[in-house]
Amino acid sequence: MTRQMLTGNGAAAWGARLAEVDYLPAFPITPQTEIIETIANWIDQGEMDCRMVTMESEHSMITAAGAAAATGVRVFTATSSQGLLYASEMIYTVAGWRVPLVLVNVSRGLSSPITLEPDHNDVLAMRDCGFLQFHCSTCQEVLDHMLLAYRLSEHEKLRLPVIVNLDGFYLSFTREPVEIPSQAMVDRFLPPFDAENIRFRAGEPLSEGVAVLGGPTYSYFRYEAHLASLQALAVYDDLAREFQIIFGRKYRLIEEYRSANAEIVFVMMGSFATKAKEAVDQLRAAGEKVGLVRPRLFRPLPVEALYRALAGKKGVAVVDQNLSMGKGGVLHTELASALYGRPDAPPVLASFIGGLGGRDIAPEEFYEMVAVVRQSIIKGELPPPRLLYTEKELREVRKLQTMARTMHRGRGAKS
Amino acid sequence: MSTTEFKFLRDLPSRHLLGTGTPMCGGCGGLETLHQIYDLIGAKSVIVNAAGCMTLLAVYPFTPFRGSWLYTAMASAPAGAQGVRDALDILKKKGEISPDEDLEVLVLTGDGSAYGMGLSATSAAMDRDLDFLYLCYDNEGYGNTGQQYSAATPHGARTATSKGSHGYPGYKKDLFAIWTAHKPSYVATVVGAEPLDLARKVEKARSLQGPRLIISLAPCPTGWDYEPAETVAIGKLAVQTGIWPLREYVDGKVVHTKIPHPRLPVEEYLVRQGRFHHLFTPEKNEKLLAEIQARVDRYWQEAESEP
Ligand SMILES: Cc1ncc(C[n+]2csc(CCOP(=O)(O)OP(=O)(O)O)c2C)c(N)n1
Ligand code: SF4
Ligand SMILES: [Mg+2]
Repeated sequence: MTRQMLTGNGAAAWGARLAEVDYLPAFPITPQTEIIETIANWIDQGEMDCRMVTMESEHSMITAAGAAAATGVRVFTATSSQGLLYASEMIYTVAGWRVPLVLVNVSRGLSSPITLEPDHNDVLAMRDCGFLQFHCSTCQEVLDHMLLAYRLSEHEKLRLPVIVNLDGFYLSFTREPVEIPSQAMVDRFLPPFDAENIRFRAGEPLSEGVAVLGGPTYSYFRYEAHLASLQALAVYDDLAREFQIIFGRKYRLIEEYRSANAEIVFVMMGSFATKAKEAVDQLRAAGEKVGLVRPRLFRPLPVEALYRALAGKKGVAVVDQNLSMGKGGVLHTELASALYGRPDAPPVLASFIGGLGGRDIAPEEFYEMVAVVRQSIIKGELPPPRLLYTEKELREVRKLQTMARTMHRGRGAKS
Repeated sequence: MSTTEFKFLRDLPSRHLLGTGTPMCGGCGGLETLHQIYDLIGAKSVIVNAAGCMTLLAVYPFTPFRGSWLYTAMASAPAGAQGVRDALDILKKKGEISPDEDLEVLVLTGDGSAYGMGLSATSAAMDRDLDFLYLCYDNEGYGNTGQQYSAATPHGARTATSKGSHGYPGYKKDLFAIWTAHKPSYVATVVGAEPLDLARKVEKARSLQGPRLIISLAPCPTGWDYEPAETVAIGKLAVQTGIWPLREYVDGKVVHTKIPHPRLPVEEYLVRQGRFHHLFTPEKNEKLLAEIQARVDRYWQEAESEP
């Protein structure tokens, strides 16, 4: 076991290396590329025995990944943003094949406008496909969840692919101290992949991805995959306990930070949750009873764990780093359905959109969110959904708009 | 070709491997080709399929194949072949499977996929020198969705999206030339109506390694609008009129495996298909027919003047 300063991308690469993955179909995209470059280097230097193939697109990359997993090898692949959406047809398809593999998504906002900076719209667009989804908030969690993801993915009750998500820039390029477990420890936790009889071999013909006729057959297989995915909640709990015994680090379906006796709780996912923790500490020091609840697993959604953590709270501030056009925050909607009609459900479930396209969330904004929730608890009415945005930011954008108009007119005059 | 096992028709496999009772149309030229190729390749194979008519060969819980099958999507069957091939190679290297358990990887797609949506994946598979066999059954349109024109549709043909009096305004894309430009191990054109030629080419392809690609003209009674019993006759006419040159590319050279002598007028091929009906009624479109004939003549003039 060694301790090293690693970026989130470095941690993901180490996770793949320790999982002794056999196969890596790849395609470059910022901010993911460092992962495949790191692994390519290890392969070149003989430090890792893995076949890496750079495909011509993410659509092909996921096809090759799924096909190789269906043939019985351990597969890793990684992408971001546009790449994930380009692959989306195959993301759904390979989940339907029920093949185990791990895909790291380094979250990045979607076009258009095109940006390199992070938010969660990319990974949430794959919410309904059948891949399980982990959302990590530290580099250590990335490495550890690579190992957990393989165990979960290859579990006989599941056989479903898994996305391990980390935020672009804030996690992908941020160095943190990470404990890299020894190969021997990892081998105790993660045995080699055994495809059993579900793989292509001469003499054992197998058909994968076959067509079905009629809704009942289709419904059966789709719902079966859904039920399998729900099994991940109990299986993760068991695996996390086993993980804790071997590696000493404790993970649960949701992270609860100073939330047990809190009145108001933030709910958010990913690396920005560490900013919420800072704010919670500050607010606690000022006498506010606040806390944080962060789902690690988003698919399947740990509905019961979330309910248990939030029941009896006076108010919840859901901070969504995504935007479902025409509706609002995705996590907010999900939580509302998880809590609706349950006894002691928090009466105030406020929606905040923040951190789109890499926009930071400042400590004062966390304080402000608590104030808003507090107000609406007192008034007994829900606050309208809000975008975290400052007047200064609005002035800056107005300036850019003025410049854009001037340039537009200038060009028009010349021609 | 001197060492071929297939000198006479009687040398062709007499036992057929592909099950019957598939949902393909009667007289399907694509299925005719697949039958012949499957007999030669056998059950130690995995067929990686793209969306098209043949996708409905394997409908849960039935399959006509004795070997394995993987349906991918319209665009990425060659990428599926890459994943399977790489995984089998990894397992062989690790000693987890014996060479005996290895499989031949066959990509099976229509023209819509091969000429269009899947072209990038195919090109890349050739770049990577993937060891696989690709069979494109070319029914000259998006058959499964009701025969709209594709990049493989011939000039003037009526399709569901070119019903006007001039038919399809575009020209059939030269996929053979696109494929050979990649310098793969092997490229050939075949047609089910010439089974000996087809068998020799599949035999040749299987004796080589790397990317090996075959385009089969696939007469399609449903999409081309003719009686199912005519499939073989139409396939033969495609060759005899010179519309479908039978050729192969090996070692950087293109060789014609059957030069039609005498070459029949293209009209004989066109007139038998409803999709060209408008070239003959209510009055003969002499100009368009002459144009189609001239293009075929030019092709053979060039082909026959080559050393
Ligand atoms: C991404 C995508 N777009 C469209 C389709 C609809 N589709 C299914 S089969 C098909 C036609 C395929 O044409 P071709 O490759 O020539 O095969 P054929 O149907 O003629 O056998 C189309 C357009 C699809 N399955 N996937
Ligand atoms: S439409 Fe044509 S290619 Fe498709 S199954 Fe029918 S005959 Fe065959
Ligand atoms: Mg077609």
